[in-house]
Amino acid sequence: MRHLLDTKTLSRDDALRILDVAEDMADTQRREVKKLPTLRGKTIVNLFFEDSTRTRISFEAAAKRLSADVINFSAKGSSVSKGESLQDTAQTLQAMAADAVVVRHGASGAPRTLATSGWISAGVVNAGDGTHEHPTQALLDAFTMRKRRFGADSRGRDLSGMRVAIVGDILHSRVARSNVWLLHTLGAEVTLVAPPTLVPQDVTAWPAHVGYDLDAAIADGPDALMMLRIQAERMHAAYFPTEREYSRCWGLDPERFAALPESTMVMHPGPMNRGLEICAEAADSPRSTVLDQVTNGVSVRMAALYLLLAGERPAQASETDTNEEDAR
Amino acid sequence: MSTRTVLHDADIKRALRRISHEILESNRGADDLVILGIPTRGVTLAHRVAELVSEVSGAEIPVGSLDVTMYRDDLHRHPTRTPQPTQIPRGGVDGKTVVLVDDVLFSGRSIRAALDALQDIGRPAAVRLAILVDRGHRELPIRPDFVGKNLPSASDERVNVRLVEVDGAEEVTIES
Repeated sequence: MRHLLDTKTLSRDDALRILDVAEDMADTQRREVKKLPTLRGKTIVNLFFEDSTRTRISFEAAAKRLSADVINFSAKGSSVSKGESLQDTAQTLQAMAADAVVVRHGASGAPRTLATSGWISAGVVNAGDGTHEHPTQALLDAFTMRKRRFGADSRGRDLSGMRVAIVGDILHSRVARSNVWLLHTLGAEVTLVAPPTLVPQDVTAWPAHVGYDLDAAIADGPDALMMLRIQAERMHAAYFPTEREYSRCWGLDPERFAALPESTMVMHPGPMNRGLEICAEAADSPRSTVLDQVTNGVSVRMAALYLLLAGERPAQASETDTNEEDAR
Repeated sequence: MSTRTVLHDADIKRALRRISHEILESNRGADDLVILGIPTRGVTLAHRVAELVSEVSGAEIPVGSLDVTMYRDDLHRHPTRTPQPTQIPRGGVDGKTVVLVDDVLFSGRSIRAALDALQDIGRPAAVRLAILVDRGHRELPIRPDFVGKNLPSASDERVNVRLVEVDGAEEVTIES
């Protein structure tokens, strides 16, 4: 793996490989000494052009647990606010010899531009770009579902037969997009539930069913119910009349939560708007995976960074002998 | 290129049995023994050795696996290796005598990595090394405590250990 840009082009084998390595990483995170020496001497830059708490901290924790050096860069208070372009910022990082760049950007496709432009030789990890994709979030969601379903027996398994409902602001959600592609690749069946105004126009091309009624989706008894955040910062038009109406029709309120089968896990990528898309009872219940998702996020990001950085770089892959013999 | 079998089914069996007796002898019994195999084939051998030691001593020996992938010093020289699970027996390794088991000892770098990995898991009272085949060419000051067979080899030859559980066959061959 050279970059991790999206889940749409991620093969089933690569996805399972990331999830399986994440299992090993998760094992190490239960030890007293959580740090591994694996990426000693590598430099990882967290390049965040958009605000983020958990994704940035999660990537930072993942990199540090693998002994990499981390440089955090946020657009606020940097030369970007003076008008520096993505290209110049990237070339600055290249000059500082970054081995990997974790990028979050408001523009869809920015990580791909970074990866394919030739400005930098570092591996690029997409940490969320515009309304395009957020692959590590989808991977940690899939990891969480697999772990809840199979427990210690998760390695090597996909999600075939699982039914997942994703509810809320699909239109603006990169998490929903990444999840649709990844869950489909892993064999799960995805249903999107949203107000018609928050369903994208091209949704017929997605491998997912679309519904508009949350109660029907709940009555259907999905294995996982993923509530998305209402992204106030991207709501530049009147997508629904009032927050109260949204909450009444598409929020997971105590009544709907009570109607949900005992076995359904309640997921939320965070940050939650309690009382809007999810009620406190659901968010704090044992069926909620919100905190598991945060814990698993570190393991999954460790796996992604490991697979990106630990092996030989294609550029220097000249004549190294790769037989097992050398390993002893 | 020629391939020659240096250990047959019965030779491997005999070697493991002898190693098991030697482990019990040097440890003066089965107390506080923990046997850890290094994936892939070391784990298979570790389970066999643990079974033999249990058989001889009558005590249940904790056995597990210790993956060293994350601790290797040559990761950047190969395509990305996939880590294998590490399974430490319930009692842990603190204060125990840990016997590491691997199939072939060559440069010694795997064992160096294993020692580092072990240090992150706990503090054993002692660490010993059991090896099915020692083929020489050490690059580090590491030596085995229990050896199935010393096999002088040229550094460009290949030593292949094949075990029934993993490969469906049981032999050690040398390719030159």
